[in-house]
Amino acid sequence: MAATRGLFGSSLARKYWMALTGLFLSSFLIIHLIGNMPILFGDQEAFNLYAAFMTSFPPIKAVSYLLYGSILLHAIDGIFLMRQNKVARPEAYVSYNGKANATWASRNMGLLGIFTLLFLIIHMRSFWYEMHFGHVPTMDIEGAQVKDLYTMTIEAFHQLWYVILYVVCMIMLGFHLSHGMSSAFQTLGLNHPKYTPAIEKAGRYFAWIMALGFAIIPAYVYLQHLTA
Amino acid sequence: MNFTINVWRQSGPEAKGRIETYPVSGISDHMSFLEMIDVLNEQLINQDIEPVVFDHDCREGICGSCSMFINGEAHGPGRSITTCQLHMREFKDGETITIEPFRAKAFPIIKDLMVDRSSLDRIIQSGGFVSVNTAGKQPDANAIPIEKADADAAFDAATCIGCGACVATCKNASAMLFVGAKVSQFALLPQGKIEAEDRVLNMVNQMDLEGFGNCTNTGACEVECPKGISLETIARMNREFLSASLSSK
Repeated sequence: MAATRGLFGSSLARKYWMALTGLFLSSFLIIHLIGNMPILFGDQEAFNLYAAFMTSFPPIKAVSYLLYGSILLHAIDGIFLMRQNKVARPEAYVSYNGKANATWASRNMGLLGIFTLLFLIIHMRSFWYEMHFGHVPTMDIEGAQVKDLYTMTIEAFHQLWYVILYVVCMIMLGFHLSHGMSSAFQTLGLNHPKYTPAIEKAGRYFAWIMALGFAIIPAYVYLQHLTA
Repeated sequence: MNFTINVWRQSGPEAKGRIETYPVSGISDHMSFLEMIDVLNEQLINQDIEPVVFDHDCREGICGSCSMFINGEAHGPGRSITTCQLHMREFKDGETITIEPFRAKAFPIIKDLMVDRSSLDRIIQSGGFVSVNTAGKQPDANAIPIEKADADAAFDAATCIGCGACVATCKNASAMLFVGAKVSQFALLPQGKIEAEDRVLNMVNQMDLEGFGNCTNTGACEVECPKGISLETIARMNREFLSASLSSK
């Protein structure tokens, strides 16, 4: 019988949870980005109906709790890992040439993750909280009263500082994902000379398509407001 | 060639260390890095300064003793080499070179540049072996058919010399490349299958107990490994551990 802390306490287990929650959160980004596309086309009704659907359809509500859980687990596990890694080298090198052998993103996942978490708190306070617990004015769509999240979003993105915050945070997210995506596959043991180069490439494409996609929305809304 | 050497001096495990600066002169560009330190130590002895303590043994890149962190990299600049295989021609005349011990909680400093890497030995003791009787009549080497690709991959993993460069270079002081290699060298062979589950569980457990850090998949270990051990070995360890955790009795 092996002495083991198995799938909860061991160092590898902590990595599996990071990878699984990270991949799940990334899959949500795709849905979220597609759902946000109506903002780019100025389609108020489509966006508001999507927002109402996402907050009321029971199966999606169930998945959303899984999502909140994943955010918490990914963040707490990540902070724990950062601490563990810090303890593993009590005395730092006087001279450490990190860029000689690893990418900047891979060396700064914790920092990038903390920025992403802070962004998420601001983002969820601004929209998720308002949508669920705040007072969002409603609009009439074919006789039904639907919360007008669209107008709230557009107004939020008329503030320059807010748009800059979003764009900067999306760049951070891009770096985080550019390493995180392929890293998750490696952690789960999915490394093969045939597929790994493709996974790494796809991971980087995914990261920057997501980052660019989400950054364009506030930037576009702001520029449209300027020229209006 | 002449150099300015910034070297870590620490009188004992509990003592506080510091960087000391010494000039060294009359170095040939054909000298290995260790030979340069030999010359430096001769010069220090002549000045009644205690010579710099460092680990070395084979001086041909197979023992893995020469643990040094040179100019911010394990075994210095250059790829797939140990410190003894690093030559002074890789440096510019007059350059300042910073030399530190490998730093990790699991590699306590004994003195100056010498560290205690027995944590790696304890990981091996926890499962890095196959329980076959090697006394008496030897079995025929080709009695068990093994696919060439698997035999080659197992051999590649087995070339790990346990030098600890992966730990030293990892920003998290993680030993996963070492453990990955030592798990892989048996996981790929039929002889290793019998104890595969216990092996990976025990070795990972011991690795955690020794206080090594975790893996962020930066890939720095693979770049700095003198034997070119690949990240694939870490992925194999991850697979083995996952399946062993789920299915072990």
